[in-house]
Amino acid sequence: MVPEIYYLVLSAILFTMGALGVLARRNALIIFMSVELMLNAANLAFVSFANTYQQLNGQIIVFFVIAVAAAEVAVGLALIVAIFKSKHSIDVDQMSSLKG
Amino acid sequence: MLLSESISTNFFSLAPWLVFAPVLGLLVNVIFGGWFLKRAWGETAVGTVASLASGAAFVVSALLAWSVYASGGHGESVFLAQWMHIGDPSTGSGQALILDWTFRVDSLSTTMMLVVSGVGTLIHIYAIGYMHEDVRFKKDEKRYQRFFVFLNLFIAAMMILVSGDSYLMLFVGWEGVGLCSFLLIGFWYDMDTLGRSSWANSNAAKKAFITNRIGDLGFLIAGFLMFWAFKSFDFDTVFTAAESASPELIVLITLFMLVGVAGKSAQIPLYVWLPDAMAGPTPVSALIHAATMVTAGVYLISRSAPLYTLVPEAQYVVAMTGAATALFAATIAVGQYDIKKVLAYSTISQLGFMVAAVGMGAFVAGMFHLVTHAFFKALLFLSAGSVILGLERGHHHLAHHGHGTPKSPDFGHAGAKSDARSQETLDSGHPEEVFDPGDMRNMGGLRKTMPVTFWLYLIGTLALAGIFPFAGFWSKDEILADAFREGYTGVYWLLTIAAFFTAFYMGRQIWMVFFGEPRHEAAAHAEESKPVITVPLMVLAFLSIVGGALNLPGLHTFTEWLEHTIEVHAGEFVMSVALISTALALAAIVISWLIYGRNPLKAGQPDPLKKPLGLLFTGMENKWFVDEGYKAVFLDNYVRISKFLADVIDWRFWHDWFHEKVIAGAYNWLSNVALNEYADQKGIDAFANGLGEWTKEVSASLRRIQNGFVRSYALSVLLGVVLILGYLLLK
Repeated sequence: MVPEIYYLVLSAILFTMGALGVLARRNALIIFMSVELMLNAANLAFVSFANTYQQLNGQIIVFFVIAVAAAEVAVGLALIVAIFKSKHSIDVDQMSSLKG
Repeated sequence: MLLSESISTNFFSLAPWLVFAPVLGLLVNVIFGGWFLKRAWGETAVGTVASLASGAAFVVSALLAWSVYASGGHGESVFLAQWMHIGDPSTGSGQALILDWTFRVDSLSTTMMLVVSGVGTLIHIYAIGYMHEDVRFKKDEKRYQRFFVFLNLFIAAMMILVSGDSYLMLFVGWEGVGLCSFLLIGFWYDMDTLGRSSWANSNAAKKAFITNRIGDLGFLIAGFLMFWAFKSFDFDTVFTAAESASPELIVLITLFMLVGVAGKSAQIPLYVWLPDAMAGPTPVSALIHAATMVTAGVYLISRSAPLYTLVPEAQYVVAMTGAATALFAATIAVGQYDIKKVLAYSTISQLGFMVAAVGMGAFVAGMFHLVTHAFFKALLFLSAGSVILGLERGHHHLAHHGHGTPKSPDFGHAGAKSDARSQETLDSGHPEEVFDPGDMRNMGGLRKTMPVTFWLYLIGTLALAGIFPFAGFWSKDEILADAFREGYTGVYWLLTIAAFFTAFYMGRQIWMVFFGEPRHEAAAHAEESKPVITVPLMVLAFLSIVGGALNLPGLHTFTEWLEHTIEVHAGEFVMSVALISTALALAAIVISWLIYGRNPLKAGQPDPLKKPLGLLFTGMENKWFVDEGYKAVFLDNYVRISKFLADVIDWRFWHDWFHEKVIAGAYNWLSNVALNEYADQKGIDAFANGLGEWTKEVSASLRRIQNGFVRSYALSVLLGVVLILGYLLLK
């Protein structure tokens, strides 16, 4: 049995990668994928804690997160398509028309 | 007896009609006069209404006098209306002002009423004829109505004066007659006595009014003192309270009252208005400025007899004032050339006699002289008016018949245009060539052309000069006898010398006007006046002859009549005094004949007295330069002070410095500098602006955070989450 700390470390590494991806990349699709990575890092942490404490709460939250992530993908991809239609680019740095 | 008592009671209640009758007359003339005057009979109607109103007042006066006589000489007070009641004398401090319009009917006031309304009525009738011609010579026929309205108003005011039961009611009438005097002196306000465009007459009116105001101030102060000391204006209350008052107070009251008397009765030093008042039409000069209004001062002192007899010092001042005025004015009359000016100074002189008399405590003599003087001075003035009209008629006659004279080329010129009421004729005419019908140097020889007027004038002159047995002899002699007997030696001699001058200037006038040869074409063609003018004169002449019978020595009718009202004593006839004054009067007339009668004045010749008297005559001729002196001492300084007050104090100090610099400057500084610059701009504005600036600066620095890069926002979110989680973990 692998000690749970490894799962948590992996989860932290994945989360950090996702966060860095969100912060560092300009391509909206890549950012989107990084967000997914962070969500799944969180999921990994949930299931690992659920396993450790032998409770189902963590497992259930993970299902919720997967469902919400799916909805989020649907909305997010629709947004990206809409932005691409108007700007012909998905570079997030160019999406600054609301800047004061 | 019972009948007469009941009747007399009824008559007393008629007293208000003394005032109502003339007021009614003036109202009728005010309302219907204009309508009357459009008719041919209009002037007669207006004059008749006014005369009837005055006549009604005379009838009432006569009935009242009879009532006083019938009730044994005891007067009565007739209450008419409540004027003002302030406070209640029975409560509190007892300070109250109770004023009623009450008519005091006693022997003194009825005497005045009879004189005022009697002489007044005769003058009203005379004025019907006089004004008929005067308005035509002055070329404004519409003023006929106004004249009679004013005349009736005067009678009403005079009646209020003489019938007042308190000093304040008397003062109401006193001011009323002053107003009428002003209105009537300035009757021809837009021309001078010769009809030329000028403000001379209105200036004379103002002079009279203002001089009288100075006197009235004295009367007012006397009234205030009285009310302050005695809490009342009523004659009886004041007289009773005065007996126990301090003599100093009574001296003050009586002397201030004397100032009022000096104003109204033209005494030194306030007499200067009366000669100028001759600017009014002649009936006015006769009625107001000779017979009645100017005697109001004498009446006031007689009425205040109980006050004056308390303080001999004040009496002495009054007597000396009167005597000095009598002599001073008589000397001026000698040097005058205007027929009415001579009479004006004569009036001042005679008023001096009366004031001297009442000052000495010889109230009967003063009132007696007042009555007789009213007769003969009204007669003289009205006759002088007749003379003036006669000359104007002569002048007019010449103008219409084209008799130009080399001396006055204005005749033909004025005649050609005389009916075209033309102001420009007056303006373009040469002022020095305008004919003056009142100048005695233009007269002479009128005895032949105006015989009726001559005889009337002669009667008036003899009465005024004090020749036995005319009225003036008895009354003047009583004054002199009283002065002699009471030990007022100074007053006696002043008055005796004044009497000498009186006879002299009247003699001069008679010789100059009626004897000798005419010195002007107009005098040669003078025409006698109509009966409407001469008949009232005849009545006055009759009264001037027999007036002395009122108070013949030994009978003392008038003394007995008046002693019901004022404490008097019957004056004894002093033969030596009578002889001296008669001798002096006769001597004066003879001297005047020697100078003016024997060698009548030629046209253009100077007065024969001019050479021998030299400077003295220049002084008389120029009224001793009193007017000039007043101008230099009072008027010029007054103007200087006014200018100083107006220019320096009011304009430069108050306006320029205080208002502009101090008030406006302080306000400007407060609003511009203190409030605007410091409080508003540097305080409130700066705070509000600073707040805005600060907000701008803060937001400028804050907006750098919102750089539009989604990733930097994401970093913020991340950092925020890390911070919050870190905080939660490390707590």
